[in-house]
Amino acid sequence: MITLNLPVSESAVRALKVGDEVSLHGVVVTARDAAHKLMIEKHPGFLRPLLEDGAIYHCGPVMACENKVWRAVAAGPTTSIREEPYEADVMEHYKVRVIIGKGGMGPKTLEACRKVGAVYVHAVGGAAVVQADWITAVEDVLMLDELGAPEAFWVCRVTGFKGVVTMDANGGSLHDVVLKDTKEKRDALLGL
Amino acid sequence: MKKHFLELIRRAATDLPEDVTRAIERGRDAEACGSTARSALDDVLRNCEVARASSRPLCQDTGTNIWYVYRPADVRERELTRDILAATREATRRSYLRPNAVDSITQVNSGDNTGIRAPVVHFHEWSRKTVHADLLLKGGGCENVAAQLSLPDGSIKAGRDVEGVRKAIIEMVFRAQGRGCGPGIIGVGVGGDRATSMVVAKEQLFRLLEDRNPDETLAKLEERLFAEMNTLGIGPMGFGGATTVLGVKIAKLHRLPASFFVSVAYMCWACRRASVTISCDRATFSQKAQLAAGYVVPGEGKRRPRA
Repeated sequence: MITLNLPVSESAVRALKVGDEVSLHGVVVTARDAAHKLMIEKHPGFLRPLLEDGAIYHCGPVMACENKVWRAVAAGPTTSIREEPYEADVMEHYKVRVIIGKGGMGPKTLEACRKVGAVYVHAVGGAAVVQADWITAVEDVLMLDELGAPEAFWVCRVTGFKGVVTMDANGGSLHDVVLKDTKEKRDALLGL
Repeated sequence: MKKHFLELIRRAATDLPEDVTRAIERGRDAEACGSTARSALDDVLRNCEVARASSRPLCQDTGTNIWYVYRPADVRERELTRDILAATREATRRSYLRPNAVDSITQVNSGDNTGIRAPVVHFHEWSRKTVHADLLLKGGGCENVAAQLSLPDGSIKAGRDVEGVRKAIIEMVFRAQGRGCGPGIIGVGVGGDRATSMVVAKEQLFRLLEDRNPDETLAKLEERLFAEMNTLGIGPMGFGGATTVLGVKIAKLHRLPASFFVSVAYMCWACRRASVTISCDRATFSQKAQLAAGYVVPGEGKRRPRA
C-alpha cells in the first residue's frame, strides 16, 4: 500500500504504476456530470486552489446536515467514462494529479495522464458506506443550489481512502488489458 | 401504509438480500488469494455489513425506485400512490435515498425523489385481501449499460434462434465490461416489443439467484450462460477475474413475426430488493418478491435463515 498525501507532487504520481494499491490522505473534491460540463465551459477560478496537484472524485454522495455540519452518509464512486469528453481538458487546465472513480476511462484521459503527470485510481463501486467513513470531514460544498446535492462540488478531507491505480502516467491501463483479454474469450464463445 | 412503505425503502436501501450476499461470497471464494478482484469483493461484503448495522444506504446511488404493488379491488391506486410518494419524500429526508430525480429539460433536481414517472410504480389488482409491494432500487451505472439487440445480428453471427439469443446476451455483457459495477445480475427479456421486452428483463431481477427456471430450455440456457460468461474474465469491477456475473435470469415473450429483440437489464452486484405484505395494517417484510412466485429454489427450506 502506497500512501499519497494530497496535494501530491508530479514526480510522486509519475512513479505510480498500474496495479499499485494506494491510500489517499488530504482533500479530494467530488465532481461528476454537470460539474465537468461547467468546468470546461466556464473554467471557474475558485476551483484552482482546490484542484491544483489535487484529486477529483467522481462521486455523487448522500450527505446529511446536522447543526449546519455536513457529514458523508454514503459516498462511493460513479461511472467515470461519462466524463471522458471533458476530463483531459479539466486535468490540463487545473493540473489535477489524481482522478478517482470506477470503470476506468478512455484514450483521451490516458493521454492526459501521461501529459499532465496524473493517475486514475479505481475505487470499489458500491462500497459507499466504507468509503463515506474514509471522509473524515466535509470541509465545504460549492454550487449546491445550482447543481443539486449529487452534482455539487463537495470538498472532502479523506483519511486512508483506498483504491487501485488502473491507469498510470506511462500509458498503462488495466482496462485496455482486460478488454483485449476478454475480447479474445468473447470471440471464442461466439465463434467469430 | 406510509410507515410500512418507508420501512420497505429503508430495508431495500440498507440491507442486501441474503441470496445476493451468498452469491458474492461464492464469487469472492472463486477469486485468487491476494488478487484485486478478491479484495474488491471483500470490500463489498464488509460494506454491506456496515450498511446494515448502521442503517445507511449501502450504495450512494439509491437508483430508480421500481415498485410493483398488488392491491385488493377496494384499495385505491390513488391512495397507495399518495402513501408511496409520502414515504419516498420521508426516506429522502432521512438519507435512506439520495435525491435522484432530475428534470431532463431544466436539469433541476426535485430534491425529494418524486417527479414525472418517478418513482416507477406498477399496479396490479388481485383477489387477495392484502396489499403487497415489491421494491427494487436500481442504480444508474448499471442502467447505463443495459442494452437491446435486434436479431438477426450479422456482426456477432446471431440468428433468430436460441443460439442467437445466447450470443446476443454474451455480446451485451462483454460490451458492458466493468462499467455496471459487476459482478452483474443479468435479467433478460426475449421477444416482445422494445419497451415490454425491457420491462420483463427488469422483472427477472426480482427472482432469487438460486431459483431454477421452470421452463427447461430457459433453465439450461441460464445455467450455460452463467458458466460461460464467468469465463470471460471481466471480473469484479472489470479488474479481471473469475466472477463476471452472479446470475442469469431469462424470460420469453411472444413477438411479432418481424421483430426479435433480446433485452439485457444489467443489475450491479447491489441488487437491492425488498418486499412487504400488509394485512389490517400489520406488515410482514420478506426478501421474496411476488414477481418471483412460480420460481422454485431447489433445496429451499433446508437452509437456516440469517440470525
